[in-house]
Amino acid sequence: MAGLTGRMSTIVKAKVSKVLDRAEDPAETLDYSYSKQLELLQNVKKGIADVVTSKKRLQLQEASMQQQVVKLDTQARQALAANREDLARVALERKQSVQTELQSLDSQIGELEAQQQKLIDSEAAMRAKLEAFRTKKEVIKAQYSAAEAQVRISEAATGVGEQMADVGLAMQRALDKTENMKARASAVGELEDSGTFEDLTQLGPGKDDIDRQLEAIGAGGAVDDELAKLKGEMGAGAPPPAALDAPAPAPDAAEPAQGAEPAEDAEPAQDAEPAQDAP
Amino acid sequence: MIVRIFSDGQYRIPEDAQPRLHELDVQTVNAIDADDEAAFTSSYGALVELIHSAGERLADDDLEPSDLMLPPSDITLEEAREEFTGEGLIPD
Repeated sequence: MAGLTGRMSTIVKAKVSKVLDRAEDPAETLDYSYSKQLELLQNVKKGIADVVTSKKRLQLQEASMQQQVVKLDTQARQALAANREDLARVALERKQSVQTELQSLDSQIGELEAQQQKLIDSEAAMRAKLEAFRTKKEVIKAQYSAAEAQVRISEAATGVGEQMADVGLAMQRALDKTENMKARASAVGELEDSGTFEDLTQLGPGKDDIDRQLEAIGAGGAVDDELAKLKGEMGAGAPPPAALDAPAPAPDAAEPAQGAEPAEDAEPAQDAEPAQDAP
Repeated sequence: MIVRIFSDGQYRIPEDAQPRLHELDVQTVNAIDADDEAAFTSSYGALVELIHSAGERLADDDLEPSDLMLPPSDITLEEAREEFTGEGLIPD
């Protein structure tokens, strides 16, 4: 049959028999494939470790992008509060693009996870077959004539050989995926280093241009916020502020109307970065 | 007949399910030839589904060789094409 199944079968059978044909007597066949299997299982262990490392790296990247989303969201709020809708828009646009990136990262991590699981399952099946094979070989040798035993052992060895090809493929696919992820992660790293990425999704804790512009208006906005917050906290004793009034129904964006300009008074309260607190 | 799906396992397929299996196999190959991703995904998905539903899974320690072997169920069209034109998916 010429279908996909036929093609795959032909290739695997050819490869398996190539391996098995190297040995002439049953015992040799067994020993040969047994050592071959042990070798393979060692490689699989390394392969799994590699996939895990790669996955962790992506997960770290994911975590820092999640922080970036929170940060951009905060910036957008701050900008709005300062009546800087333009700035808020930029922050939200960046947030969008980081979120898109996050989604693709998420699905890549998922794929890697799936490949890892397949590799682990394949390896487990391989171990099971290997054990069965070692037991069966003795049974066969005890029960059959040399010629018959040869046939039966070859058949059993073929079953093991198939599983070997299966593990081999699972490993190759997992490693291919891992390579792709590594390439991607280092591409992102390079963009960060060159500063290109900074514009879009700055990952580090440093300040970007939105921060700087916010700071520029911060003396007014953020300090006012601080003031308003402080006033709120201390409000208990003070004359009831606007708290119970109907909340300013102004439909235009910015709710914090404290923007009037008490900023002047607030000037001396220039903390290192008051912007951080406003959630 | 025993069928192996790579990265999955081996299944004993009853005779009455075999014609349908061959039919889906041919459809899958046609989809590869036509470079039709959607058709490939659906026909190969149906093929795997048929094996899962009609077949009886062999134990992991079963040593019977397979009569037919199929690529992993999440194989991409590109990988499947490689199977036909390149070295094949199976590493040495």
